[in-house]
Amino acid sequence: MVNQMGRVKVMQFGIFTVGDVTTDPTTGRTPSEHERIKAMVAIAQKAEEVGLDVFATGEHHNPPFVPSSPTTMLGYVAARTDRLILSTSTTLITTNDPVKIAEDFAMLQHLADGRVDLMMGRGNTGPVYPWFGKDIRQGIELAVENYALLHKLWREDVVDWAGRFRTPLQSFTSTPRPLDGVPPFVWHGSIRSPEIAEQAAYYGDGFFANNIFWPKEHFKRLIELYRDRYAHYGHGTPEQAVVGLGGQVFMRKNSQDAVREFRPYFDNAPVYGHGPSLEEFTDQTPLTVGSPQEVIEKTLAFRETFGDYQRQLFLMDHAGLPLKTVLEQLDILGEEVVPVLREEFAKGRPAQVAEAPTHQALVARRDAELQEVQA
Amino acid sequence: MTKTLVAVAAGLSRPSSTRLLADRLAGAVQQHTGDPDTRVQVIELRELANEIAQNMVTGFPGPRLRDAVEAVTSADGLIAVTPVFTGSYSGLFKSFFDIVDKDALAGTPVLIAATGGTARHSLVLEHAMRPLFSYLRSVVVPTAVYAASEDWGTGGDDALAGRVDRAARELASLVDARPAHPDVPDVDVPVVPFAQQLAALAVGQE
Repeated sequence: MVNQMGRVKVMQFGIFTVGDVTTDPTTGRTPSEHERIKAMVAIAQKAEEVGLDVFATGEHHNPPFVPSSPTTMLGYVAARTDRLILSTSTTLITTNDPVKIAEDFAMLQHLADGRVDLMMGRGNTGPVYPWFGKDIRQGIELAVENYALLHKLWREDVVDWAGRFRTPLQSFTSTPRPLDGVPPFVWHGSIRSPEIAEQAAYYGDGFFANNIFWPKEHFKRLIELYRDRYAHYGHGTPEQAVVGLGGQVFMRKNSQDAVREFRPYFDNAPVYGHGPSLEEFTDQTPLTVGSPQEVIEKTLAFRETFGDYQRQLFLMDHAGLPLKTVLEQLDILGEEVVPVLREEFAKGRPAQVAEAPTHQALVARRDAELQEVQA
Repeated sequence: MTKTLVAVAAGLSRPSSTRLLADRLAGAVQQHTGDPDTRVQVIELRELANEIAQNMVTGFPGPRLRDAVEAVTSADGLIAVTPVFTGSYSGLFKSFFDIVDKDALAGTPVLIAATGGTARHSLVLEHAMRPLFSYLRSVVVPTAVYAASEDWGTGGDDALAGRVDRAARELASLVDARPAHPDVPDVDVPVVPFAQQLAALAVGQE
């Protein structure tokens, strides 16, 4: 199951971070931006150390968030890790120039020897669009057009292009070319837009449902749509579509200790704080606060709702949790939870279900397709 | 197919004159409708106050609120009754309709009604309630019913009972004229084929 280069796995487990600078409600202490950025790097390194497969960072252009420059951070992490896949959650396909995304992530792909993929997202912060000269009302259209260009830039050496949203291109070559001539794998993330599930299906790319903050039924229909349309476009059966899910957990050996320790962070959290009780929220959404065994059970149940899937990312470091606590959480995740999840998810997994995407697997598939054409 | 009439009452006291008015209106509409099987459901927002506030924060409804929103959006006719607070509908009333999807009540026949201490606030129906449901593209019946405290003890032709009756007839005729709302909501996510999305942008090569 493990090969020399890329550790081919049926499923990948990792973490995704928003990169928020939030006051710790139990101490009143707020980390500096510098501390938070270094903490994100420490968390990424820890993820590799405890045997996780993926680290993904968000992209934001407003306080209290720090990660405005994902490839800078991921390049730095790449130099300090050996196996970890570096990804995003998400890369703003609406407000970034697709040419710059093509260049930045191809560069990162070379530096990281292929340990790179990325997730496209639209972003939901209204003012970011005008700050980058765009209009939020055209969010979907921007995502569709910009990705069409990005997709082309990574697959055609010389590109002529005209669209609505950027300067036309004549005889443009995006450099560096993707590593081994194979572009990074792309996920498309969406919370509520069927157009994005359709886009992911059309290209045969992955679809990621963040699966946090809302009841799972909310994401179920989008994933079903994506799987159906993936088959419609001839990329394989619905079961062969590439699905990623988020999740959110806080663990201690004893369930009551986890609840007691996490409650003040929950009650004051930026997204759901000052709303429902921790008990109501864990009941209604995928958030799990409890023992490692409870996390294992709730995560395994995702498969019953969404079908066999390829990537599970956990949100571990938000709401002002101190670095020390987050690193302890990663120890528990890596030592007690993920090994069991790997074993259990592998059981009864149909052979035709896609393996989690890696650069090596994509290169092998490309080579196999070339051979088929030549034969 | 059985039709359903839903009355939303935003009264806070127990017993509530807002609930009383909602019950009277619902009863009158049921009486005037041509279909004796028409079901009536009354939703008191007071019982959903916590879940409505939580929905504001989390962006999704709790289980009881979800049922209430589903009942309202799949109703064949809606009766909306609010107490007058600070010159308008109550905040709880507005918050509930803020949670309902803005397209979900398009075309739904609605009877608007309000209660208050004195008749001086009765134009709330025309200045706040009617524009709210116009925004939601509902079909609001011409007669709106306002009940001040004194109306509960006044008789005569122009009394509360007469207005309740007239408004109820108007709503009943609209409900009778429409086909029943399907029991099973359309679960298919609408999808625009991707080629069409691309074509709309005229994206591509020179």
